[in-house]
This record gives sequence, C-alpha cells and structure tokens, in this order.
Amino acid sequence: MKESRSYKIFKVFNVILLIFIVALTFYPFLNIVAQSFSSESYINAGKVNIWPKGFNVDTYKIIVKDSMFWINYKNTVVYTIVGTAIQMVMTTMFAYALSKKRLLGREFFTMFAVFTMFFGGGLIPNYVLVKSLGFGNTMWAIVVPGAISVFNMLIMKTFFQNIPEELEEAAIMDGSSTYGTLFKIVLPLSLPVIATMILFYSVGNWNSWFPAFIYLNDKELFPVQIYLRNLIKGAEGSLSSGATSADNLTQISANIKAVTMVLTVLPILCVYPYVQKYFVSGVMLGSVKG
Amino acid sequence: MKALVILRELSQVFKGGVYVQEIARKSEVDLPNKKTTRLIMVLRTLKKDWQLYSLLILPIIYLLVFKYGPMAGNIIAYRKFVPGGSIFGEYWVGLHYVKMFIADPTFLKVFKNTLILSSLTLLITFPAPIIFALLLNELKSMKFKRFVQTASYLPHFFSVVIVSGMILELVAVNGSINNIIEFFTGQRISFIQKPEWFRTIYIGSEIWQGLGWGAILYLAALTGINGELYEAAKIDGANRWKQTIHITIPGILPTIITLLILNIGNLLAVGFEKILLLYNPLNYKTSDVIATYVYRVGLESSNFSYATAIGLFEGIIGLILVFSANYISRRLTDNSLW
Repeated sequence: MKESRSYKIFKVFNVILLIFIVALTFYPFLNIVAQSFSSESYINAGKVNIWPKGFNVDTYKIIVKDSMFWINYKNTVVYTIVGTAIQMVMTTMFAYALSKKRLLGREFFTMFAVFTMFFGGGLIPNYVLVKSLGFGNTMWAIVVPGAISVFNMLIMKTFFQNIPEELEEAAIMDGSSTYGTLFKIVLPLSLPVIATMILFYSVGNWNSWFPAFIYLNDKELFPVQIYLRNLIKGAEGSLSSGATSADNLTQISANIKAVTMVLTVLPILCVYPYVQKYFVSGVMLGSVKG
Repeated sequence: MKALVILRELSQVFKGGVYVQEIARKSEVDLPNKKTTRLIMVLRTLKKDWQLYSLLILPIIYLLVFKYGPMAGNIIAYRKFVPGGSIFGEYWVGLHYVKMFIADPTFLKVFKNTLILSSLTLLITFPAPIIFALLLNELKSMKFKRFVQTASYLPHFFSVVIVSGMILELVAVNGSINNIIEFFTGQRISFIQKPEWFRTIYIGSEIWQGLGWGAILYLAALTGINGELYEAAKIDGANRWKQTIHITIPGILPTIITLLILNIGNLLAVGFEKILLLYNPLNYKTSDVIATYVYRVGLESSNFSYATAIGLFEGIIGLILVFSANYISRRLTDNSLW
C-alpha cells in the first residue's frame, strides 16, 4: 500500500525532530568543552556557545599541574576499584546462594533483601551508624555502606537461575564442591552478567560524591567529584550570601570549572561507546522478573 | 533424659542419615512434634551443604548492619540522641519531635514542595520516553536509529555533579539559554535566583538526562509486537496513525503500566542529590524539599533526632506508596513486584 502524503511529511518532520533532540543532548557537553578552551573574558561576556572564543589551553595546564586535582583523581580511581571489588564479591555470593532452589529459607532471605529497596534507614541513622563504626574520614565510609545493590543482586540471581542445572549437577556428580562449582562452572558461564555488573558498579562509584561529601574531611581523601563540587559550590557560596553581582562571581572560575568537568567526565566518555550495549542488556535483564 | 535421647538420635542422623521419623518410632521416644523433626532436618542440610550457606554469611551481616541497623536507628526520632552516644539514643522523649515537625511551617513548605515537584516531574518525565520510543520506532534506517539511541543514553552516565555544573552554566546570566533569550528580547534572566524557574530547570534536566535511558524498555516492548498485526491492519486500510493507536500502544501498554506504578511508588524520592547541588537560599521557596530539609536540619544544624523524625515520616509515606501501587497493580494487571 502506498504511504499517505501526511505520513511522508511526518517522517521528514520526525527525522528533523530526532536530530534536534540529539543536538540538544550533546549541546550542554559541547558548551562545556568550548568553555574549557576559551578565555575567561569571552565566557563572562556570554559569547561562548559551542565554539571556543579566545582559544587557549592555559587552564588545562594549571589544572594538570595542580597536585590536589591528581590526588583526588587517584582517590576516585582507588575508591572505584576497591568499591567495585567489594561489591562484586558480596553481590555474587549473595546472588548465587539465593539462586539455588535447595537453599532453605530462600524466599525469606530474598524478601529480607528486597524489603531494603523500599524502606531504608534514612539519611541521619545511616550517618550516625557509619560514624559510630569509626568509618568517618576513611575510605571505608565510601566503599562499605553500598556493598550490595539489591537491584543488581536480583539481576545476577536471575542470570544464575537461567544456567542449565544439568551443568552444575554433572560437576557435583564428579565430586565438585559448591565452591568448586561456582568458580569452575558458574562464573565462567556468567561473564556477560559479570561484565555488566562491574560496569554498573564502577560507573556508580566513579560518579558518587555524596558519601564522600558527608563523611570525609581531609582534602587528601576527597574524590575528584568533590573537587569539582567545591569549585561549583564555592562560586555559588557568594551567591548564597545574596550579593547582587553574584553572577559575575559565579563566572570567575567558569573556565576552571569547565576544564575540571571535561577531565572528570573523560573516562566515562572514553569507555562509553564500547560498554553502552552491556548497560542496555543489564536493564533488559533487570526487567525480567526473578 | 529426653533431651539426651534426642541428642543421641541427632548424632545418629548425622552419621547415618537415617530417616528421623523412623528413629523416633524405633526408640519409642515421642519425638514430639514437627518442630524438632524439622530442626534436625535443617541441621542435617546445613552440615551437608555448609558451603552454600557460608556464602550467605557476609551478605546477611551486611544487610543487618547497614540496612536494618539504620532502620532500627530511626528510633532516635523518639529518643534523645547525643552525638558520640548510643546510635539508638539515650532516653525516650515520646512524640516530642513528631509534634515539632507538625508545627513547623518550614516542614509544611518542604512537604508541599516535594509533592508538587515530584508530581510535576512524574507527569512530564513519564510520557516523554514513551513518545521518544514511538518516534524512534518510525525510523526506517536502523543505522540512524541506533545513532540516536546511543547518543540519547549518554547523559545518563554523567555524574550528578557534572550534570548540575552543566545546568548552572547553561542557565547562568551569561549562559547559552540567555544568549538566545537576549537575541529575541534583549533581556537576560538570572534563572537560578528566581524561585519560579527552579521547577522548570529541574524537570528540564531530568528529561535531558532520562529521555533515552527511559526509552530502553519501551523499545524492547516495541520489537516484541507481532508484525502480522500491522500487515492485517494495512489490508484493512488503517493508516500509520491508526496502527499506532490500535496496535502499537496496546502492545506496550503492560510496560507502561508497570513502569507507571513503579514510578508512583517512588513518587517522593525526588533527585535529592541534584537539588542539593542546584538549589540556593534564593530559590528555597520552590526548591527546598523534605530530603534537603532533613539534610540541613540534621547534618548542618546537628538536630539529629528532629531530622530523623522528618526522614522517617517521608520513608513511611514512601513505603505506603510502594505497597499501594503494588496492590493496585496486582488487582488491575498481572504485573506486580511480589
């Protein structure tokens, strides 16, 4: 059947609209990149959109030489690696145990975990707990409290459940222990879900700032997100005090902020094209009821 | 005496794995009830399968300490808390803090703000990915479709600090949005200082960040629709619009309903971290929500008990919302969380 005239018009309009949406999606980021290469006076005058004005890389040089930036950057890397390692071990253990039908109290333990998705202790009791454990101002406040994401655990559990039981049974017949089966049979078959989980967790850890913000005091311990947050919020501090020329103050460090943002988001951008399909498959896995 | 017998039998069970009921009958001990029998069975399983159960130890300890611990810690909403003292407080103060927040005008304001902001966000950000998925679905070129999809996921991976930084740059007096406005009107608006603009900024940023990511499940549901339905509709003379109304939308309706109910359950959980980074005293009138108020009262002013009382109130409302949403979902559709 021939397509109607109005549908043809719609299709053209649709393509234009979607290109426009893509442009809008990239715009804020391109704007920051342009600002990071621009000179302060052009940014202040509101002349920088997606093309740098007064091109220079001076601020990059300054930031790259700032030792605190690198200390904080290194902290982010450490917190991401340690945090993700803890999360993977804990999540895998829990998910594997819960995936076994023979586990007594399986339903109970699952509900025990799922309930925490809907009701939490709230900000203050969590804060008080972490402090009272002596985690304040240490890395442990960042990497321990989020050791298991129940959502991710359920994704893994579903995946483990879908591994044909015969494979494990055969191993058990051959005298393999539960640990042996887990390491030699189940984990090698679960590489896709493990990759997805590592990505979920590490992006979350890389982007995390709030626990560091409330638990850490020493600048030397801050992750780079806090370095950035303090740049953004520091400029806004003057705004809070109600200064009329607040926006000039906000813009003083616009160039520095832009450079820091670009450097912070760079690792995400570099891995994004290669890993986004794993994320999408993770979301799909999560939507399958476990 | 009886206990001794049971003990002896227990050890036999472990040794030989003889069926428990049978032992009970043979030794003429009135192995009383199912309870004891069950206990023995459980112990036997634990012994045989200890490796599997050992995997549970750390996760369960973790949940008890870091999830259920703070839940119990909410008790300080009813007890006097002293920094450095017990995390469960020192002595009972009854409903002191609850009465306090009911009488607190700021609490009323932030409660209202939370409801307005979260409802508006749901109302606007919920349909957006559906429309986006439908538009993508009309594309013939797979390459272009994949490009648009991949591009639209990107903001989802930016940290909330980065996103807030970008937004503040965009809406700044000398930012890009004002460049456009100045071009048309010759004026510049300091958006972030004006309470009437905060909701627009927040919701706009939510759409920007969530449009593509939110469409994933709808796109998956769209590919699951039987192509023959469209062929049949074409033969009946239905145009693309009619096909969308009568085939496409009913096809993704279960997904829509499930996600809608999940979203209603999470209604109060506004993007606390983003608001904390975006707001300032000049726009508190619309930007201050329960979570940010709890943060200020608790961590900035150190009124731990009072902040806990407010936080607990929010948590309970959230829990009620989740359970009612799930209940409604179970009654109306086959989709429910439990």
